[in-house]
Amino acid sequence: MGSITVSHLGKAYKQYSSRWSRLVEWLDPRNKPRHHLKWILQDINFTIKPGEATGIIGINGAGKSTLLKMITGTTQPTTGSVHITGRVAALLELGMGFHPDFTGRQNVYMAGQLMGYSLEDITALMPHIEAFAEIGDYIDQPVRVYSSGMQMRLAFSVATAHRPDVLIVDEALSVGDAYFQHRSFARIRAYRKQGTTLLIVSHDKQAIQSICDRAILLNGGKLTMEGEPEAVMDYYNALLADHQNESIQQTRDESGRIKTSSGTGEAIVEEVHLLNDQNEALEVIKVGQPVCLRIVVRMVEDVSELVVGYMIKDRLGQPVFGTNTHHLASKLESLPKGQRVSVKFSFNANIGEGHYSLSIALHTGDTHLYKNFEWRDFALVFNVVNMGKARFVGVAWIPPSLEFQNDR
Amino acid sequence: MLSRIWAYRGFILGNVRREFQSKYQNSLLGSAWSILQPLSMILVYTVIFANVMRAKLPGVYSTFAYSIYLCSGTLTWALFADITSRSQSVFLDNANLIKKVNFPRICLPIIVILNATLNFAIIFGIFTLFLWFTDSFPGWSFIAILPLLIIEVAFAIGLGITCGVLNVFFRDVAQLVGVVLQFWFWLTPIVYPMTILPDTIRSWIERNPMTSLMTAYQDVLVTGHWPHWETLWPVTLLALLSCLLGYSLFRKRAGEMTDEL
Repeated sequence: MGSITVSHLGKAYKQYSSRWSRLVEWLDPRNKPRHHLKWILQDINFTIKPGEATGIIGINGAGKSTLLKMITGTTQPTTGSVHITGRVAALLELGMGFHPDFTGRQNVYMAGQLMGYSLEDITALMPHIEAFAEIGDYIDQPVRVYSSGMQMRLAFSVATAHRPDVLIVDEALSVGDAYFQHRSFARIRAYRKQGTTLLIVSHDKQAIQSICDRAILLNGGKLTMEGEPEAVMDYYNALLADHQNESIQQTRDESGRIKTSSGTGEAIVEEVHLLNDQNEALEVIKVGQPVCLRIVVRMVEDVSELVVGYMIKDRLGQPVFGTNTHHLASKLESLPKGQRVSVKFSFNANIGEGHYSLSIALHTGDTHLYKNFEWRDFALVFNVVNMGKARFVGVAWIPPSLEFQNDR
Repeated sequence: MLSRIWAYRGFILGNVRREFQSKYQNSLLGSAWSILQPLSMILVYTVIFANVMRAKLPGVYSTFAYSIYLCSGTLTWALFADITSRSQSVFLDNANLIKKVNFPRICLPIIVILNATLNFAIIFGIFTLFLWFTDSFPGWSFIAILPLLIIEVAFAIGLGITCGVLNVFFRDVAQLVGVVLQFWFWLTPIVYPMTILPDTIRSWIERNPMTSLMTAYQDVLVTGHWPHWETLWPVTLLALLSCLLGYSLFRKRAGEMTDEL
């Protein structure tokens, strides 16, 4: 139960040159097509096994929503087929097709009936739905007076009132506030543990990385990449910067990790080291230890402005800390071809125990999205151990001071 | 298809109920309006035409004859117009639902039929009571209303679905339906009796498929005669054809329709 198989799926919309040409095509007995097809998605193939969590990522217009609509069956595919087993609950875009004039309660009944619940089932589930949505008295008000967050909360509560075999969520969760996001993710995680297959679309990198086992990248209507969320996310990041003649390379290192690097190559990273105060390279760092990150950059071409940035990521690929020379208000300008620049960032490693990786970016302006010379993930990997500090958990080392006071 | 509709019966019935409720939700008198509305219409017709204008039907001498004549035509025409115009826009009105939830789309026109029939049942029930109290109840021929209604609803829904599907692709249809229904109403003997028309026009009006239906209602309700069944063949055939056309068009275009909404 709960598998999704998508084979050779494609979607094209018919485009007519004028309103009349559709009519002419319909009435013409010779069956001559007068439209051309605009392909949104082409030849998408993947299988999601029961219990797997998959994230779909891609820039706006990549066809993510169209793909989900075809999987849920609201839109018919032009080519290929979708096969789903098990009971599906889907949250497409905002709401669940709520009727603005009906009250929240009436809409819950309507949505529930559309999902195949009986009247008694819904009446029994109603208290849970109300409690989870936390919209109070609004439940008996027409939905048109709801805020988008309230609609979303109610829709999510209905869709997930019972554990579905397959849960499909389209960017919906980004609408709610932080508190609701926490609660909805907690529910999604709980259902996952119980075996629900999950398919979500999100721009939220953290959400995808923390929930999904796998990610699918759509770009220009094609399935560009499929794999571990972190590798796909890194590729996606590189792709975001891919508006100039850049190359994206992914290689596997000795430990099987996928390294992504991309960029125009006008400046390249030659060396990356993490050094202690004696200038010795480190692989294991103690919590709170003063360290120095040294990056040597070589100009392949003349570079008018160079910004060097780094990002420390934890083992889940989530950013712990990142900054660059632009934000640190120091400028590197007019660098001739062939020059080498060595940049040193010194800091105390106030981070928790665990594995970390370092990403390096060379670019112009304040982000790598503008002009990207080189972006390199997994430029360096290091471990942090706790030696001599009090035991703690988490990725940040925030030493507290402690005081007791006895009140009578 | 029937089994899918059956599986969604809860949704269909629930929607009919919700739509009925929400119509009167923000009013003080609530669903009392569904009775007050038709009651006032019957009253107006009776007072104005029977008492003030003293309009009489040729050959019938009861005080209420013309008012009954008017009601039997307008009420049943209203059912026809209600179903046609509402199913013509049903897919556009429910675009939000169609785009987001996977369910058999054919439920939507069914909801329209049930809703319109429910409204009609209330109004016609009141009208029947009026007939009873004014001693104008036609007797056994009253049951002939039922097959007439079935033909009429079938015709209306066939046209409605056809226009509904077309309307998604060509929004002109909605405007056109409004205009056509206007003309059609006045080209059908509902307000005026056939007998006052000159012969040349009359032979044209007789070719209007709705004429035979409306005349049949009037025969039953005003004079208590059974309808002339043989005149109803053309409209029955048309009703079947329009249902077939609507259904095949719907089957063929349902997928494309979602893309267009």
